[in-house]
Amino acid sequence: MNFSEVFKLSSLLCKFSPDGKYLASCVQYRLVVRDVNTLQILQLYTCLDQIQHIEWSADSLFILCAMYKRGLVQVWSLEQPEWHCKIDEGSAGLVASCWSPDGRHILNTTEFHLRITVWSLCTKSVSYIKYPKACLQGITFTRDGRYMALAERRDCKDYVSIFVCSDWQLLRHFDTDTQDLTGIEWAPNGCVLAVWDTCLEYKILLYSLDGRLLSAYSAYEWSLGIKSVAWSPSSQFLAVGSYDGKVRILNHVTWKMITEFGHPATINNPKIVVYKEAEKSPQLGLGCLSFPPPGAGAGPLLSSESKYEIASVPVSLQTLKPVTDRANPKIGIGMLAFSPDSYFLATRNDNIPNAVWVWDIQKLRLFAVLEQLSPVRTFQWDPQQPRLAICTGGSRLYLWSPAGCMSVQVPGEGDFAVLSLCWHLSGDSMALLSKDHVCLCFLETEASVSTACRQLGGHT
Amino acid sequence: MGDWMTVTDRGLSSESKTISQYTSEIKMSPSSLYSQQVLCSSIPLSKNVHSFFSAFCTEDNIEQSISYLDQELTTFGFPSLYEESKSKETKRELNIVAVLNCMNELLVLQRKNLLAQENVETQNLKLGSDMDHLQSCYSKLKEQLETSRREMIGLQERDRQLQCKNRNLHQLLKNEKDEVQKLQNIIASRATQYNHDMKRKEREYNKLKERLHQLVMNKKDKKIAMDILNYVGRADGKRGSWRTGKTEARNEDEMYKILLNDYEYRQKQILMENAELKKVLQQMKKEMISLLSPQKKKPRERVDDSTGTVISDVEEDAGELSRESMWDLSCETVREQLTNSIRKQWRILKSHVEKLDNQVSKVHLEGFNDEDVISRQDHEQETEKLELEIQQCKEMIKTQQQLLQQLATACDDDTTSLLRDCYLLEEKERLKEEWSLFKEQKKNFERERRSFTEAAIRLGLERKAFEEERASWLKQQFLNMTTFDHQNSENVKLFSAFSGSSDRDNLIVHSRQPQKKPHNVSNGSPVCMSKLTKSLPASPSTSDFCQTRSCVSEHSSINVLNMTPEEIKPNQVGGECTNQKWSVVSRPGSQEGCYSGCSLTYTNSHVEKDDLP
Repeated sequence: MNFSEVFKLSSLLCKFSPDGKYLASCVQYRLVVRDVNTLQILQLYTCLDQIQHIEWSADSLFILCAMYKRGLVQVWSLEQPEWHCKIDEGSAGLVASCWSPDGRHILNTTEFHLRITVWSLCTKSVSYIKYPKACLQGITFTRDGRYMALAERRDCKDYVSIFVCSDWQLLRHFDTDTQDLTGIEWAPNGCVLAVWDTCLEYKILLYSLDGRLLSAYSAYEWSLGIKSVAWSPSSQFLAVGSYDGKVRILNHVTWKMITEFGHPATINNPKIVVYKEAEKSPQLGLGCLSFPPPGAGAGPLLSSESKYEIASVPVSLQTLKPVTDRANPKIGIGMLAFSPDSYFLATRNDNIPNAVWVWDIQKLRLFAVLEQLSPVRTFQWDPQQPRLAICTGGSRLYLWSPAGCMSVQVPGEGDFAVLSLCWHLSGDSMALLSKDHVCLCFLETEASVSTACRQLGGHT
Repeated sequence: MGDWMTVTDRGLSSESKTISQYTSEIKMSPSSLYSQQVLCSSIPLSKNVHSFFSAFCTEDNIEQSISYLDQELTTFGFPSLYEESKSKETKRELNIVAVLNCMNELLVLQRKNLLAQENVETQNLKLGSDMDHLQSCYSKLKEQLETSRREMIGLQERDRQLQCKNRNLHQLLKNEKDEVQKLQNIIASRATQYNHDMKRKEREYNKLKERLHQLVMNKKDKKIAMDILNYVGRADGKRGSWRTGKTEARNEDEMYKILLNDYEYRQKQILMENAELKKVLQQMKKEMISLLSPQKKKPRERVDDSTGTVISDVEEDAGELSRESMWDLSCETVREQLTNSIRKQWRILKSHVEKLDNQVSKVHLEGFNDEDVISRQDHEQETEKLELEIQQCKEMIKTQQQLLQQLATACDDDTTSLLRDCYLLEEKERLKEEWSLFKEQKKNFERERRSFTEAAIRLGLERKAFEEERASWLKQQFLNMTTFDHQNSENVKLFSAFSGSSDRDNLIVHSRQPQKKPHNVSNGSPVCMSKLTKSLPASPSTSDFCQTRSCVSEHSSINVLNMTPEEIKPNQVGGECTNQKWSVVSRPGSQEGCYSGCSLTYTNSHVEKDDLP
């Protein structure tokens, strides 16, 4: 495992281009585009203000930089550096901006969710969509980029509008049987839309592309409901994480629950491997065993060494006592992610924040539990293989695969607190983001990784 | 009945005795009254009655008393004491026979009464004890009743309390329910209120939004604009099309196409899955048929017609199997047949398996328990043993490894040659020592060998002498036989003084009769023999023999005599040899053979004698 040098970064804005060739990162009001392989700066764009959001167009030709404070969006072309485009939302304000899947339209959401403006880069035409709903996930595009579903709110009722992205024609418009719709999400095959209600009520509705209600599911009543939803990449399963600390898996044939995964604080099943991160005080000479020795060993000497140990069952995980009289209590399944091959599901129970649970979807049972020393901030699956990268806001990167797991110290002066990470398309590298730096981490090929795993004692 | 009463009365109160007597007298039949009187008489009565009795008959009032008695007796139904008189004036005569009869009867009555009294008394006692028992029972029962009554009261009390509690709880539950209801109502009302409020707020919000929208949008905000260098081409390279009804229809079409594709894809998947499942099912069925058909011949007779139908089904299905296209037909027609037949077969299989299970469990129950336990123990022991062995082996390996390492390190060292030299020197010295030892041993051996050869030479010489002797002896005997027959025994005696064996043989031949017994004994066991040798000097029968023997080989015999029992033992072989010799001698046979045998044994013994010192 190799690490690139550290680059400056602000607001955690760093993204790989969809074709995997470029890396865009923001430093204050500057946008830097690098080549992924050489890390040479290819383009440097200067925006009008501090960038708050960036997004690559689907064809990797344009980058959108949003400056919400100024109500501005600037678009840059990679092919024509001199080309520029500036969209000003004026007094209407701007709270969100995104590309349409064709990469030629930009959807800007005005303040107070008054409307969504669809700006085209091809024609002068501007479209408005009124009544967008102010919710967590109100816009979703199908994976093939053909359709957009939009949550709307009119006359105190929730509606969903389905648009054809090519000409922004309204295809379907239907009301949903929800109290207060919170999110919508297309299935990866683009034929089923999952719609879920506010956390006050456990309700998830499944609509066909043509607006028919396929099924409605509710696990219980009178308690806080759905917290997170994820489709499996094969569109076969819909995982619903809720405030009761359970994940329910619905199938795509009957839309009934297949199984539910509880997240108890103690694990008794001896079949389940529990990896526990253990910290060891550094020993001179041994300190650089867990990672490739960096040039100057001053940095790692300051921090202690950490490694995984297999805890013997029963294991009791560290739990957080949630404050129940506040809004958004720290309980329930807050994060859910399927592996790209749909074989594994990674979850995090928010009142056991240090643990990541990995479930085997083939056998529908718990596979492994990773307990970190500090709360898990993000995890993301390798796009190519079942390999999970985890960061906890510390200076380490954690990797899990069915073969085992390991922790890697990010080298560099001082601590590189990994707050977020994102995988490269190929799964060979990933960007590690700290508060004001970014660092690329190159993973070796599979064989060398497995040997590294063994060397690092990921399994022991 | 009256009897009973009086008895009990008397038992109860002694004061009312007389009264009761009278009262009873009134009611009683004469006989019973009589007995009553008897009873009374048996018990000490009041004084005046006594005096009356004592002064009943005197000289003066015989007549009166007789008449009185007569009167009394007649009243009690006895025949009159007087003779029947013809006339009333004449004085009646006392009939002695009647008196005696009366007396006898009275006595009999008395006895009877006494017996009855006894019976009554015992009965009374019995009844008294019964009474006591019953009374104690009664009191016990009373106590029990009391306790149970108390218990009952306690239980009732508890019941009451519980009921009270229950009522309270019910009340509480009701209250809680009410509370819940109330809370639910409150929640519901709050929820409706909240919803209402929310709606109101939302409406307001919407209104505001609308207003804002109008304000923002109507102002013709110059700022709202896109500043673009030049428009770029569409990603697909096409030009944008106008929105018309046609596009709408096209969009619809596309949407449905997508949906259709999805459904088709799913259907295909499901079909594939279905086909696979069917295949599995068919295979299972086939296997079941093949599994069940061979054993069906036997159960066909036993099992009822259900199997019969299955078999026919099986046959049908076997035909069906060939037409595999059948499954691709509509499911519903095939499905039923398939599932039914499989279900039936499954049932058969299940029953069969259950039967087998039962058998197995039976077998297990019979012979499983102790065997299993023992085997387990054995297993444990075995494993322990093996573990121990492994431990030992490991240790051995370790030590060997250490040794190897030491060796290796030693080899590696520069001092190896030096050390090797040291070792060589040491070895040399040791070899030298060994060499000298070896030499010494060799010398010894040679000495021994020399002595042996000497002995052999000596032996050869002796043998020669012996041969000569024998020849001379034979000659002598031959001469004797022909000339002096009568001097035989003397000659022998003479000879015996010179030469052992022949002498002894002769002696044995002569004293065959007396020596036979000890010989046999000695033949029996070597222990006896050793005893014999010990006791040789004492036994008179063998004393001669002993003497001769001692003459033949002085030092050997002395040795034998001086030996302690332990030392004799190794000599037993020699002893046995002599035994052999004796037995040969004692056997009747040609003297020639005997002699040759003798000589042979003699040489043997001689060698042994040589060995002894």
